[in-house]
Amino acid sequence: MQAEKLARMANQIATAFAHLPAARAAERVAGHIRDFWDPRMRAGLARIAAEQPEILSPTVVEASRQLETAAGTGPSPQ
Amino acid sequence: MKDFILPDPDFGTPARTSAATVTLTVDGQPVTVPAGTSVMRAAAELGIDIPKLCATDSVEPIGSCRLCMVEIEGRRGTPASCTTPAEDGMQVHTQTDQLAKLRRGVMELYISDHPLDCLTCAANGDCRLQDMAGAVGLRDVRYAPGANHHQPRQNGEANPRYIPQDETNPYFTYDPAKCIACYRCVRACEEVQGTFALTLERRGFEARISTGAADFLSSDCVSCGACVQACPTATLQEKAVIDQGTPDRAVLTTCAYCGVGCTFRAEMKGDQLVRMVPAKEGKANRGHSCVKGRFAWGYVNHPDRVLTPLIRARITDPWREVSWDEAFAFTAERFRAIQAAHGTGAIGGITSSRCTNEETFLVQKMIRTVFGNNNIDTCARVCHSPTGYGLKTTFGTSAGTQDFDSVAHADVVLVIGANPTDGHPVFAARLKKRLRQGAKLIVADPRRIDLVQGPHLRAAHHLPLRPGTNVALLTAMAHVIVTEGLTDAAFIAARCDGDAYADWAGFVAQDHLSPEATADLTGVPAADVRAAARLFATGGNGAIYYGLGVTEHSQGSTTVMAIANLAMATGNIGRPGVGVNPLRGQNNVQGSCDMGSFPHEFPGYRHVHDADTRTMLESAWGVPLSGAPGLRIPNMLDAALDGSFRGIYIQGEDLAQSDPNTNHVAAGLSAMDCVVVHDLFLNETARFAHVFLPGSTFLEKDGTFTNAERRINRVRRVMAPKAGLADWQVTQGLANAMGAGWDYPHPERIMAEIAATTPAFANVTYDLLEREGSVQWPCNDAAPLGTPVMHAEGFVRGKGLFVITDYVATDERTGPRFPLLLTTGRVLSQYNVGTQTRRTANTVWHAEDRLEIHPHDAEQRGIAEGDTVRLASRAGETTLRATITDRVAPGVVYTTFHHPDSRANVVTTDNSDWATNCPEYKVTAVQVSRTNAAPVETAAE
Repeated sequence: MQAEKLARMANQIATAFAHLPAARAAERVAGHIRDFWDPRMRAGLARIAAEQPEILSPTVVEASRQLETAAGTGPSPQ
Repeated sequence: MKDFILPDPDFGTPARTSAATVTLTVDGQPVTVPAGTSVMRAAAELGIDIPKLCATDSVEPIGSCRLCMVEIEGRRGTPASCTTPAEDGMQVHTQTDQLAKLRRGVMELYISDHPLDCLTCAANGDCRLQDMAGAVGLRDVRYAPGANHHQPRQNGEANPRYIPQDETNPYFTYDPAKCIACYRCVRACEEVQGTFALTLERRGFEARISTGAADFLSSDCVSCGACVQACPTATLQEKAVIDQGTPDRAVLTTCAYCGVGCTFRAEMKGDQLVRMVPAKEGKANRGHSCVKGRFAWGYVNHPDRVLTPLIRARITDPWREVSWDEAFAFTAERFRAIQAAHGTGAIGGITSSRCTNEETFLVQKMIRTVFGNNNIDTCARVCHSPTGYGLKTTFGTSAGTQDFDSVAHADVVLVIGANPTDGHPVFAARLKKRLRQGAKLIVADPRRIDLVQGPHLRAAHHLPLRPGTNVALLTAMAHVIVTEGLTDAAFIAARCDGDAYADWAGFVAQDHLSPEATADLTGVPAADVRAAARLFATGGNGAIYYGLGVTEHSQGSTTVMAIANLAMATGNIGRPGVGVNPLRGQNNVQGSCDMGSFPHEFPGYRHVHDADTRTMLESAWGVPLSGAPGLRIPNMLDAALDGSFRGIYIQGEDLAQSDPNTNHVAAGLSAMDCVVVHDLFLNETARFAHVFLPGSTFLEKDGTFTNAERRINRVRRVMAPKAGLADWQVTQGLANAMGAGWDYPHPERIMAEIAATTPAFANVTYDLLEREGSVQWPCNDAAPLGTPVMHAEGFVRGKGLFVITDYVATDERTGPRFPLLLTTGRVLSQYNVGTQTRRTANTVWHAEDRLEIHPHDAEQRGIAEGDTVRLASRAGETTLRATITDRVAPGVVYTTFHHPDSRANVVTTDNSDWATNCPEYKVTAVQVSRTNAAPVETAAE
């Protein structure tokens, strides 16, 4: 999928959680993406984080790292 | 009306509710009724039908016809039983020699000015006047012929009192010659519908019903049918009955238009539908209807319907008619080939919110168990998916909290981003009735919708906010409520998460979120916001009703949570008269979501990550299930363009017309190898399809719909499927062609499976629905007859969760190139993309989509009324005609999307809600200019 569109969607999610402390925001962004994004979209985000991190907000970069680390399908933190 | 053919008892006057009761005797029989009940209704409760003409139980009595006279021991005279309240100890006699004589005299007068053409009258056998003449034993009319209203000519000259029949309304006629001036139609228009389109002109013998306009079509009449239903003669008569004769049987079923879910009696002759009449026993509509459900069902028999399956190898090829089996085999082969080449996740499907619960359940089951993935979505994606996210987050469940009856107990109603008089007309009629009783109304909408001001109706506050600023406005209202100490502290302490409330209260109390600080942003004067917030917090029962003007934004989910915050902060949850009420758009959009149509949720809103649910369903269905969320509709189209998603089964949705950024949708669909459209008509999406499977209308199948109040209503088959198969059978055929091995004999079996696997539906059976009429989920052992009001004792999630709602401006910005904001909506007479309503006579009211533009903006651009204008955005452009109106604020333009030729969604962008991808239909930066292009001509698809 288009990197620009995926990045925009992810950055939108990060903006919605911007009121939270950075670590908590990244956790919530990762949880939201885990709960609602199809695996190919998550893979696309991982590629963007690796190749074009500059188009992602720092929160999304951290969320992507968490998703990669966990790579599971457990429930997201609320 | 129609009593002897289709039992539908008329109690004469409305029911009363009172804790106190009175006991009286009628014709020697004792009866106990609530205080305030009329003598007429008390008698009717005993099965005693007192003769009546002007009384009917849908409107208040006026005691005009003098036919319902009774004798009451100890009282002088013969009072009208319809206007006489029953009292303790009263002894009433309904049949005496004196009464018989008086009633014959009354009927003699009526008949002396009525045409005696009963045998050729359309209401023959369905006429209260005819019935009453028989009931009172009228055998003779002693009055000499003289002045009358029913003879076109008298003594060789034109009769000045004769008014010709008005046939301008496409669905019913008005024949003044048959009018008995009983006033029932006028009262129905006022009391039931609240439009006040009818009046009684002049007095005495000269009195006649009038619309106040040249004819019905040009009047304020909204064609809801209440007057026709109330009319005791053939004065107001359905044209279908005139053409076809009176029906001979009726089947109770549920309307397939909006999310109100009105119960109708489908009145039939053989397998031909004659008319749809709203049913008094309908718990959503209480006997009322709108122009769509009442009259706009002609599409069922429209010649455009495709009744034979079609296939083609490429979308540039002509269609080829095939058998059902060949269509299923062709589709199965293509889908399996795609999966073999591109993976299990390369295909998916879309359920329809127009179809039944049982049908959507089957489609999602097919995709999860036969396709083997969770690539399942529904049109709620583009409307109320933010409601699902927002209410699940804050309350714990994805649904409205109330029943429609609740509005009768509301003291203050906030309507935000909804236009109920057009979108949910029957609910609007009930809301207006409550407002006429004194409830206060706050409207937050960029347009001056009809609720803002109308006959006997004026909103206390209209907050005409700039499109895209819902969150800022609602947070400003919360700011007022918190900083002025107007919260319901006891409710919050008992029912809500205290830490989350403290965080939220601190957040909204910040100065930069005050009405004064945000007035420039929202465009709403701070004093108005403060006054509205105070009214909502202190005015008694506060209820919030909202629509797509809330959800279809980049902050749609945030806005839903802001609404939930407001309701919790003021303690307006958990009892009649309050609550958060999403006005769902489609007849079964609630049900399609309940049935697991989202790619991250199984039926009953259980996440696909939930291992326990997955295990249970795997056991029930006998196949392994994916635990990964699937693609949502916009993601499917994106994935089609990158080649990873190549096949789709679309049941009853017209993506190419209804979804935003049409060019992007067309590109996505064109990129797929197999698009299957399952619909009534070759819609816009079918242009990109390889397979067309004919659909069945709601009249052609059994099942259930779930309306906006979580009410599960039965849909009953009144005629055979015109294409041979009901939609659930089509899905079963396709699934079996792919190896499913299903053998559902009837939708009842599917509902049994739903109940067995979905806790909120655990006690739902067709037998229960037959007994109760309908039930609202949750319906289980804890609530055997359903749940009218949710969260009464506690929230589904435990404690209500306040969520911080930071305002974030949409990416869609105005600027020099695109200085105006376009927002979209719909009109009363048309429904969504118009697939059905454009194939009915409703087009007489809305033959084309128009662009509403403020006089100031029009003048700046040299645009006159009716000019063809070019509407351009960053996504695309189209042309349509302009309507100049100050309904919209300067800087805002508005249009509908009912006609494919207007191509409104060519202009809308693919911006979407941050949480759900719900498109941002309601905010598009545009430019409008005059054009020399030919006006858009509307044509059939």
